[in-house]
Amino acid sequence: MNGPHDMGGFTGFGPVLHEADEPVWHDDWEPRAFALVLAMGMTGSWNIDEARHARERLPALQYWRSSYYEMRHYALVLQLIELGLVSAMEDEQGRMAVPPKPVKRVARAEMIPAILASGGPADRPSNRPQGFAIGERVRARTMNPRGHTRLPRYARGKTGEVVAVHGTHVFPDSNAHGGGEDPHWLYTVRFTGAELWGKDSRDAVCIDLWEPYLEKAP
Amino acid sequence: MAHDGHHHDHEEGSELSPIALRVKALESLLVEKGYVDPRALDVLIDTYETKIGPRNGARVVAKAWTDPAFADWLKRDATAAIASLGYTGRQGEHMVALFNTPDTHNMVVCTLCSCYPWPVLGLPPVWYKSMPYRSRAVIEPREVLKEFGVDLPDAKQVQVWDSTAELRYLVIPERPAGTDGWSEEQLAEIVTRNAMIGTGLVTA
Repeated sequence: MNGPHDMGGFTGFGPVLHEADEPVWHDDWEPRAFALVLAMGMTGSWNIDEARHARERLPALQYWRSSYYEMRHYALVLQLIELGLVSAMEDEQGRMAVPPKPVKRVARAEMIPAILASGGPADRPSNRPQGFAIGERVRARTMNPRGHTRLPRYARGKTGEVVAVHGTHVFPDSNAHGGGEDPHWLYTVRFTGAELWGKDSRDAVCIDLWEPYLEKAP
Repeated sequence: MAHDGHHHDHEEGSELSPIALRVKALESLLVEKGYVDPRALDVLIDTYETKIGPRNGARVVAKAWTDPAFADWLKRDATAAIASLGYTGRQGEHMVALFNTPDTHNMVVCTLCSCYPWPVLGLPPVWYKSMPYRSRAVIEPREVLKEFGVDLPDAKQVQVWDSTAELRYLVIPERPAGTDGWSEEQLAEIVTRNAMIGTGLVTA
């Protein structure tokens, strides 16, 4: 979807404000919000692509106005309510009104180190043939799906060169919508700045793109 | 740091901001419903506050600078090379090391969310997740770099890496002159987080 999350190429958000010796958190509620997002993710109620899609579906102005942890909190609440794990009234009142729904797993404190250490690798075996090789010229398709995609708008219709092949990985466009992992070949494609932004740009951008996003360069 | 984050809380006329109240309410609810273990929340917070941070990445860089075999391994299979130092897992499952050279400066962004290599750099700084950085890093990287005090010569190309998949990128900065004979530990001390994202350079 062409949501508020797809930010590459915008201008108008001002300078990058960076602070020296930045602390991990800026307010007491931030670590709690962060931990709730992670702990609920560990219940196995959704996958990473569904979680990203929830963030993209927040209203654009709310997304842009929110700090990172606020945005994560609102997207978590959206998912909890959509899945019936929490009711809107419960979220409002902070008190249980309907019995909990069963979840696949509750991450206990002693399980956390192992869960973090193993992570969630995204490479999967696939019998699909590899469509493109290193050095090949490819064009990112012009497409505007209503659902989740990881092909940024600024690359659509642009031509670049395959610089790396990463094997077959879970395809987010399918996995975010209950369509299964449907692994596809994943490539890094290098686009010149001139191709993306016009002749005055001398630099380059490398983007990780799945095969369904690409076609042979004309 | 169990629940000492709640010390501002009063029964009436709470000083908590609206978002702090929302998060507090949600935590109580999710604990009451049995979906989360409150002790697990404390472990998660402590992990990213005290155990996993940019010192991990600095160790990777310093080793790459002093051990050519390790540098070569990083180029071929960064995930395995980094795992050999004990840094694995969430948001670092598929690592790629980007070596800066005299010709090319690498810089990392995630324009679509805020993907970042947690096991080696910890949680991303606010600016990395901010709208200005996510929007501008790909279209005007040199202007962004100037705001970080990095003014690159025209002859050097900037190569920006947009982390759109589950690959996570770690920039290996150029080793500064004047550090011959330094130990790995000394070198790790001068490697900054920004240098490993590509918005800084390492100076001795």
